Amino acid sequence: MNAKTAALRSGLTRGWIEFKQTWTNRDDVVGQFVFVALFLGTLFFMRNATLPGTGFSLGAATVPGVLGAGIVFNGLNSAAGYLAIDREDGTLLRAKATPNGMLGYLVGKTTALAMAQVTGILLVLVPCLFLFSELAPDGVWSFLNLLWVLALGLVATLPLGAALGSLTNSPRSIALITLPIMGLGAISGIFYPITALPGWVQDIAQVFPMYWLGLGMRSALLPDGAVIVEIGQSWRPLPTLAVLVGWSVIGLALAPVLLRRMARREAGSSVAERREKAMQRVG
Amino acid sequence: MRDPAAPVVGVRGLRMRYGSNDVLHGVDFEAYRGEVVGLLGPNGAGKTTTIEILEGFRMRSAGEVSVLGVDPAHGGEDWRARLGVVLQSWRDHGKWRVRELLAHLGRYYAPYSTPAMPRPWDADELIEAVGLTEHAHKKLKQLSGGQRRRLDVAIGIVGRPELLFLDEPTAGFDPEARREFHDLVHRLSDELDTTILLTTHDLDEAEKLADRILILNGGRIIADGSADALSRQISGEAEVRWSMGGQRFVHSTTEATKYVYDLFKQHGEAVADLEVRRASLEDTYMTLVHRAEAGGETELGLQEAGAR
Repeated sequence: MNAKTAALRSGLTRGWIEFKQTWTNRDDVVGQFVFVALFLGTLFFMRNATLPGTGFSLGAATVPGVLGAGIVFNGLNSAAGYLAIDREDGTLLRAKATPNGMLGYLVGKTTALAMAQVTGILLVLVPCLFLFSELAPDGVWSFLNLLWVLALGLVATLPLGAALGSLTNSPRSIALITLPIMGLGAISGIFYPITALPGWVQDIAQVFPMYWLGLGMRSALLPDGAVIVEIGQSWRPLPTLAVLVGWSVIGLALAPVLLRRMARREAGSSVAERREKAMQRVG
Repeated sequence: MRDPAAPVVGVRGLRMRYGSNDVLHGVDFEAYRGEVVGLLGPNGAGKTTTIEILEGFRMRSAGEVSVLGVDPAHGGEDWRARLGVVLQSWRDHGKWRVRELLAHLGRYYAPYSTPAMPRPWDADELIEAVGLTEHAHKKLKQLSGGQRRRLDVAIGIVGRPELLFLDEPTAGFDPEARREFHDLVHRLSDELDTTILLTTHDLDEAEKLADRILILNGGRIIADGSADALSRQISGEAEVRWSMGGQRFVHSTTEATKYVYDLFKQHGEAVADLEVRRASLEDTYMTLVHRAEAGGETELGLQEAGAR
């Protein structure tokens, strides 16, 4: 067997093992369910509110937006966070010391994160489908639509997250990524239609992938009547595709360069140094 | 066994400079197939830097380096597959289980298997060799420091490397684990002809394991030879102790064998409790490092005087 093929296959196994670990590790599982419970609780209190100008449930309209925002959050924040942790504890150096280990590591991480995205979406979506009969009005077509938005979302966010992660120097600086993402969540029309916000805020939001992933998810899961609160009263599939492809190109161009630069700098002493710094902070 | 035409590691005129600070000032040494070389030296002497350059993890400033016939600065994955690396501070893969991780990492070496050198090492066999059988299904974060270290060594050799780097391998081992580890190192170098480059602060360990000792101080190799050769080179004298008629005697000599022969010729069976002691590696090491540091200070003093 070719060495690269072997590493690819090891990477897939690695992704599967790490994915299973998140479901056998108490803290990770509790974290997932707490998030879902909080979200469902919020929806419960929103159950009587309607989308402005329609009789459509605001709670139901929020579900796809949260799925879209979740893709960005997991794609950027988790990818960057894992990378920072794996640098600090030596996982990356281990990959570097193994033949084709970096390839296996990246394939594994991508696999694990993609699977986490899918289960994260299912965890929110499945209970909501029972809660709101309005969701996914076109049946299979709605889900196919959701799949392409998800696929595009993964490509637009994971490489970008890896690029950001290779720029940070410790897991503690991940907050620098988390906070702007939270900010984007507030201005991207996730919890309330973006058309309620001032025009210049809408312009800023439309530069970033979060708004478009929310929009894409809404176009997949909401009935056509809900489109009237969107910008231009349209789902705008082509601009969605264009912006997300744009971010994918940026991410895919930056990630290999930055990852290689980061990997080149990994050595035993740099891992030991970071470990010492981390210890000082604790002590 | 030595084939000077093809050293496994060849270093000539190796220099490393960080900014305006020189860490290595022209290091030269070689290591041959099946040899265990101990790299000793005080903290900050440049041991880690040297090892990291050889491992291909760090770029050098100047000098020629060849590891398994390849310049580590340009070593590809095929080259990487022939090396084993055990570093000081691994804390990775805490959620993985011992056997799971070892089998996983071994798989990357399978394409490099040859009939003469089947790769990877069978995971269960290797776990037994490092004495972790009863912990094979534990998570890594549940292992004690010494167990974790033994797993690190197992991971370092899972691909049956031709050259193994061991950075302070037995720090945190209890005496029994240390003994078992030493046996494992002997097995690797004797049976598999693995070349081993080892750093340690434990001079007793270096004396037991290393065929040859290199002492690095202030960015230079100040000694290169077997522990015995170094001790002869440094002190030259051995101490002969014996007792006769209930009285104890001590005599220092440069020719211990001849002295003992004469002793027996003269007194025959009356000689008892005979001991011949050379300077230990520790004595030799201290002498050499102090001598080098004293020399270094003078050199620095001259430079400062010149600058004024």
